[in-house]
Amino acid sequence: MFGLDKKDTRLLILVAILVALAPFLLNPFPEGSAMAQFNAGYPDLMQRFVIFGIFAIGFNILFGLTGYLSFGHAAFLGVGSYAAIWMMKLLTMNVIPAIFVSVIVAGIFSLAVGWISLRRSGIYFSILTLAFAQMSYSLAYSVLTPITGGETGLQPKVNDPRVLDGALAEGATPKANLFGLEMGSSFEWSVGGWLFTFNAGYYLAAVVMLIAFYMSIRIFRSPFGMMLRAVKSNQQRLNYTGLNAKPYTLAAFVISGMYAGLAGGLMVAMDTQVGAERMFWTASGEVVLMSILGGVGTLIGPVLGAGAIKYMENILSKINKEILHQWFAFMPDGIEDILVSLVYPFIGKGWHLTLGIIFMLVVIFLPGGLVEGGQRVARLFKRKKPAEDGPDGKTTPAE
Amino acid sequence: MGILEVKNVGKRFGGLQALGDVNLSVAENTVHAIIGPNGAGKSTLLNCLVGKLIPDTGSVMFDGQSVLGRKPFEINQMGISRVFQTPEIFGELTVMENMMIPCFAKRDGAFTPNAFIDMFKDREIVERAEQMLEEMNMADARNDNAATMSRGNKRRLEIGMCLAQEPRLLLLDEPTAGMARADTNNTIDLLKQIKDERDITISIIEHDMHVVFSLAERITVLAQGTPLVEDTPDNIKGHPKVREAYLGETQDAA
Amino acid sequence: MEAIILQILNGLDKGSAYALIALGLTLIFGTLGVVNFAHGALFMIGAFCAVTLSRILTLSHTIVDDTQTDFLGNPLKVDVPYVMDWFGEATGSAIIDWAVPLSILFAIPVMIAIGVIMERGLIKHFYKRPHADQILVTFGLAIVLQEIIKYYYGANPIPTPAPAAFKGSFDFGAMLGFDPNIIIYPYWRIIYFAFAAVIIGAVFAFLQFTTFGMVVRAGMADRETVQLLGINIDRRFTLMFGIAAAVAGLAGVMYTPINSPNYHMGMDFLVLSFVVVVVGGMGSLPGAVAAGFLLGILESFASMREVLAVLPGLNQIIIYLVAIIILLTRPRGLMGRKGVMEE
Repeated sequence: MFGLDKKDTRLLILVAILVALAPFLLNPFPEGSAMAQFNAGYPDLMQRFVIFGIFAIGFNILFGLTGYLSFGHAAFLGVGSYAAIWMMKLLTMNVIPAIFVSVIVAGIFSLAVGWISLRRSGIYFSILTLAFAQMSYSLAYSVLTPITGGETGLQPKVNDPRVLDGALAEGATPKANLFGLEMGSSFEWSVGGWLFTFNAGYYLAAVVMLIAFYMSIRIFRSPFGMMLRAVKSNQQRLNYTGLNAKPYTLAAFVISGMYAGLAGGLMVAMDTQVGAERMFWTASGEVVLMSILGGVGTLIGPVLGAGAIKYMENILSKINKEILHQWFAFMPDGIEDILVSLVYPFIGKGWHLTLGIIFMLVVIFLPGGLVEGGQRVARLFKRKKPAEDGPDGKTTPAE
Repeated sequence: MGILEVKNVGKRFGGLQALGDVNLSVAENTVHAIIGPNGAGKSTLLNCLVGKLIPDTGSVMFDGQSVLGRKPFEINQMGISRVFQTPEIFGELTVMENMMIPCFAKRDGAFTPNAFIDMFKDREIVERAEQMLEEMNMADARNDNAATMSRGNKRRLEIGMCLAQEPRLLLLDEPTAGMARADTNNTIDLLKQIKDERDITISIIEHDMHVVFSLAERITVLAQGTPLVEDTPDNIKGHPKVREAYLGETQDAA
Repeated sequence: MEAIILQILNGLDKGSAYALIALGLTLIFGTLGVVNFAHGALFMIGAFCAVTLSRILTLSHTIVDDTQTDFLGNPLKVDVPYVMDWFGEATGSAIIDWAVPLSILFAIPVMIAIGVIMERGLIKHFYKRPHADQILVTFGLAIVLQEIIKYYYGANPIPTPAPAAFKGSFDFGAMLGFDPNIIIYPYWRIIYFAFAAVIIGAVFAFLQFTTFGMVVRAGMADRETVQLLGINIDRRFTLMFGIAAAVAGLAGVMYTPINSPNYHMGMDFLVLSFVVVVVGGMGSLPGAVAAGFLLGILESFASMREVLAVLPGLNQIIIYLVAIIILLTRPRGLMGRKGVMEE
């Protein structure tokens, strides 16, 4: 289907089903139950899952295929966001032009950055991209304040020109919409103790993510994708086989920059504001973490990694000491206290510590990330059954 | 007029004159070996031919066109393929993918962003690659990871990848260096077969005299950056100057 | 003229910190071939050594002072640090006052130990892995280290003052014969610079004049040959890692009075220090030091009001801008060797 082979089609359909049913799947616990804090099926977080999924898919096209480790991709995400918000200020609150322009602008910006940075490879390339991103961040914060809003950032105002939209009533807030369908609007469905939220913005982002994912599969399977893997494997041989590595890597860089811009545009479509901090280098580091954690160079890995990190950021960080005491309440008092104090550093505000440790463990023991982990587990199970075809972890189920 | 004409080429690294004044003419459809003791400038000369180094003086013409100032991939597209001292292949890719890359390069040129076709649905390329694997006796290994092969098979694959491009000139840089005797003989047989079956010019840099005298039709002896003498293998064997400069030092002369 | 001298002086303290961190990074890279993204965390841990020591020194017990009363009329409770009990009030308070300089003695063994543990426990398993893996695992380690510090010390900066004797500023211009009150310079900054110079000198002297240093330098140039000579280079490299950690740590200790330490100061400095290393030339010790001071001073010049009037925002981006230009025009940096990290 869609020019994919059977295995990839299965993967795409599986991801589509998971994404479509996410409001159910991520809300397994009834409202008000002790476990309800593990529910991730609320719009804001689900939007983050798919948007950062897009960001990571794009990053993986660069890092996973060519091996060029960029430490500056958040800059493209930020530029995309600024472009989107300006579309909303000047043109219309409809998200289509905003998203479209964010991709274009990020593409042009990444073309310029990539053209210069790709003159070098290895750590020099990483430092160059980092330098560009930090420059963008600093400039957005200071000199470019008229365009970026500086420290306060930007959001659509009532009296922005918005030439395509009718004037808003005084005091109304401009809301992002898709031909009138507001991104913030949700349909809530209460069944028994459960509450499921179907959010318009989430489904828009989810559809975009599926398209982005489909395109990344096509790229992985194409001659172009093979050339990118060849760049990573042996650039010398590539050059002496009559192939020019530069435009291939530059194309990969620009594509991944456009994915980042798309993610930035979608972020604005969901939550109409931008600040320079989303360009800070730690944001670039985060997408690196996502790709590695999920499984760099695999199709589904980056999406898994993005999901895992955003889940930890939003859920793990909410757990506090009292909740821990509730959990361990069944233990005798002394042991309860000890357990709580043992676990406490890793949750709540300490979730970064957990992230850092998991990340280190993955890099040390599981260079293929969660996908490789899934493959190993699958292999363990398969060994017990009669031998089938070789293990295929790329279809390891998500979540 | 040979297919490759090297005229007055000189190259200096700081105080070291690596190549003095090299003149060399490789005739079409011959096997031309370049030999010489360590430090004679063989590798420097080779690097000047493929665009890795740019000579300070002189000219290098391939089929009537200058190669100087061109990048390696451009020179390759002109019809010169190079085999490296240690086999350079795409280790993380499968053998089949390794073979498909030069086929794409031959047909589509140095850069074609065809990102939306499935590479295995490109019949022309797949058939060509399969045929080349067949010719190299590697069809069984097509789905293996290239990095897992033996050194001899890597060399075979590398030569196959070069031939898939149908080059007019094949440059070999010590193709049997570090190989076991059996692998060396296999490689010699393979090269002989290539020479007999194809219209191809082969230029080979080699230490192993056994390899050189099994294959070469012409031999140029390089010493201290300048060609000492150029002649047929038989004449080279008996040449006093060569014995003095080179063969006298090795026991490998036959 | 005065303005130029003032800017050079202003650039010296940051430049010193850059140079020290970059020196340690280069030592690790040059000896072990490892790109250590956790080096900024070592700088930060050094700073927290100073915080820790000053907390230890001010550990107190409460006594009831009958001669004074609080506002309710009860006898006043006074916290008395143990050091005052042991050494008397004058000496004790002097010790507390000098906590930061004393931390140097405390930090050296701690940092060397941390460095050695890091190398033996983690880094040595990554010698044969790609540079990208080294970057990633040390990046993860940096996150872990800074989160541990955050857990124990909180997220807010902790003011750690210099000894009273070095507080305030002096008129450096007058000493040089300029008009008074033009070049005013804080004492501690000049001390920081002098300290950095001593450390840098010591490291170079150590590498230049000791047998140990000679072996290490030989190992930096050609590890395999040195090993073939039957020298156990590994143990020396481990110690070099410890020394590099100590250099970063000491830079952190002495930096605390200039900027109150917080848990993410390491990352802030790391990014800039990597830029410094690359500008100086990967693997070149003099390059790292020179580039550190150069960029520190350039940064200070770029923040002059006259410059900002012409090129607003230049102070924010100057270091990155210089790095980009250097990388593109002199691919090996100012003093880099050929073939380092170029594959």
